[in-house]
Amino acid sequence: MPARQPRHPNERPGAPAGDPDAGSFRAPVVPFPSAAPAERGAEDDSRRSDVDEWGRSERVRRLARAAGRFYYERWFRVEWEHLERIPRQGGALLVANHAGAIPPDAPMIMHGIEDQLGRPVYGLADFWFRTVPVVGTIWSRAGGVPAHPDNAHRILHEQGQLALVFPEGIKGPQKHVSERYRLRRFGRGGFVETAMRAGVPVVPIASLGAEEAMPILYKVPAVNRLLKVPYLPVTANHLVFGPLLGTVAYLPAKFRFRVLEPVHFDVEPHQAHYPRGRIMDAAEEIRMRLQEELFEMLSERRSVWFG
Amino acid sequence: MARRILLTGLDTFWGGKVAKALERDPEIEMLLGMGTKTPTEPLERTEFVRADQSYSLLSRIVRATEVDTIVHTFLVVDSSSMSGRALHEVNVIGTMNLLAAAGASGSSVRHVVVKSSSLVYGSNPEDPTWFAEDTPRSRPPRARLERSLTEVESYVRDFADENPEVAVTLLRFANVLGPDIDTPISRNLSRGVMPMIAGFDPLIQFVDEDDVIRVLETAVRTRLDGVFNVAGRGRLPVSEVASIASAWRLPLSPVLTHQLAAPLVRLRLLDLPTELERLLRYGRGIDTARLEATGFEFECTSAGAVERFAAASRLRRTVGDALPTYRYEADVEAFFRHSPAVVRSAEAAEAADPSQPAETSGTPAS
Repeated sequence: MPARQPRHPNERPGAPAGDPDAGSFRAPVVPFPSAAPAERGAEDDSRRSDVDEWGRSERVRRLARAAGRFYYERWFRVEWEHLERIPRQGGALLVANHAGAIPPDAPMIMHGIEDQLGRPVYGLADFWFRTVPVVGTIWSRAGGVPAHPDNAHRILHEQGQLALVFPEGIKGPQKHVSERYRLRRFGRGGFVETAMRAGVPVVPIASLGAEEAMPILYKVPAVNRLLKVPYLPVTANHLVFGPLLGTVAYLPAKFRFRVLEPVHFDVEPHQAHYPRGRIMDAAEEIRMRLQEELFEMLSERRSVWFG
Repeated sequence: MARRILLTGLDTFWGGKVAKALERDPEIEMLLGMGTKTPTEPLERTEFVRADQSYSLLSRIVRATEVDTIVHTFLVVDSSSMSGRALHEVNVIGTMNLLAAAGASGSSVRHVVVKSSSLVYGSNPEDPTWFAEDTPRSRPPRARLERSLTEVESYVRDFADENPEVAVTLLRFANVLGPDIDTPISRNLSRGVMPMIAGFDPLIQFVDEDDVIRVLETAVRTRLDGVFNVAGRGRLPVSEVASIASAWRLPLSPVLTHQLAAPLVRLRLLDLPTELERLLRYGRGIDTARLEATGFEFECTSAGAVERFAAASRLRRTVGDALPTYRYEADVEAFFRHSPAVVRSAEAAEAADPSQPAETSGTPAS
């Protein structure tokens, strides 16, 4: 059993009190590097808004952080284990399991790492978001990036930043409550290929709690097809909070994130192609490790609501 | 080395402006412009030939004038400016004929510059945030304009493969704005309206019209070879374009956008060609690293181009179109170019010297 290091969410791990740059980690605004071909546009005085070239706006980020802080500290009471395994600098691809009808795990992981390590995390999400009015725009302003291999490469390799992906994709959040914590197929291993090409490690994160924050009780495929959305479920939240509030309100499950040992790939970066078998093996191995870790965390969990 | 240049679309905005810019270059010995209408730009020494895009005439012109460079500015990138059939004729058939003439056996052409558009990348939800020159489109083109430009580019690529001795520059420009250019976006902004699709505020790029001309000029002068994206630095949300140009944001329905906007378009209160609607929904970003690696520097950023347009239209609102419009008179132009009665300034005469006696005596230049 790995050593557990429960932490208060406000405490920065591994930072002694006298750390000279400790203050910078608590800075309210994470200085966000603008995109690669951007930077040059920084001195542009014709600009009227603070939207950078990825579509991210620091003003919207601040609002999102304020809302995120409440959920992070009070609602889900997020705890991290082995946060020190996330690299302090250089690119890394964070990979986690995905759950909840409207998955709250992505913003919580992003908020936690931004808050405690002072590093921005780019959440890569399905391009489907872009087709939804309002939601797509807010998501982009809050730091979301469409999950395209080129975008991931730019973030990981050229900018040396952290990117967060959920290889299960949409299959994760749309699973029924009875299948909770059972990982779906990890796509076609595209995330491994991206990490190999960018020459960065994959850091798996096992996340506990999101499944119970908005569990799916019933799915209505006919309505999905009609509205052209991936899934439109009836959740436990609808029963608890009513049909309107229940669509957006989460149950206060206890969140626990455990960072696994980073996986380094011993391959030459920047290749056009990598052996398919190698990619699939690596993806499957990461999936297995995450699954085992999840089962272990579940066996240690005493209460869904209190951890 | 003296250059002899053939330019298409001399009667269009870009043809005229580029010819004017190239005229200043003493390296260029002869500049010949083609067009279906008379030029609208007052030109010093550019020869004008009225011709459509038929192949037989083109290859005769290329053979007779022994041009070494063809600058193809006459690609239509605004689908509201002409009918679909005319657009296909101009873009696809015109380019095909031009390239066939350029690649005919014994052709003197060594450099072809094509002014294309970033429309070839399309605008789709699956797009990467930036398109590099070799990033493929996410979805096959469906709009007629995008299809025709994609076809044009495939001809250009074939031409480059078949004629390795010819340098081919394919320039893909982002949306152009500037004091003079007329595009669907500039028309909307001049009316004080920026159409937006409700709930969407994507990032778009602009390039200033003078930067476009400078890129084309540089491409001709330095014989750039290959495909290049051209856009001002930075990307900005559509809403910001509206606020820089102090235009009213007109929200359009996200569903049935075209059908619901049709009455406004019909009443000429709004310009909304298909390609603009896609752009307003998903935006587009093109990576200009390759062009900038050649040492080219833009004068305007994306936001700067909008700003410059806004300043010019504020001025126009008060003063109106200050410049008198120019009318091309064939006799007068021929007189100024060829009559021995006209005393040409020393440097102009020097620049034009090798060709001057030949042209006036009517025999082909050696």
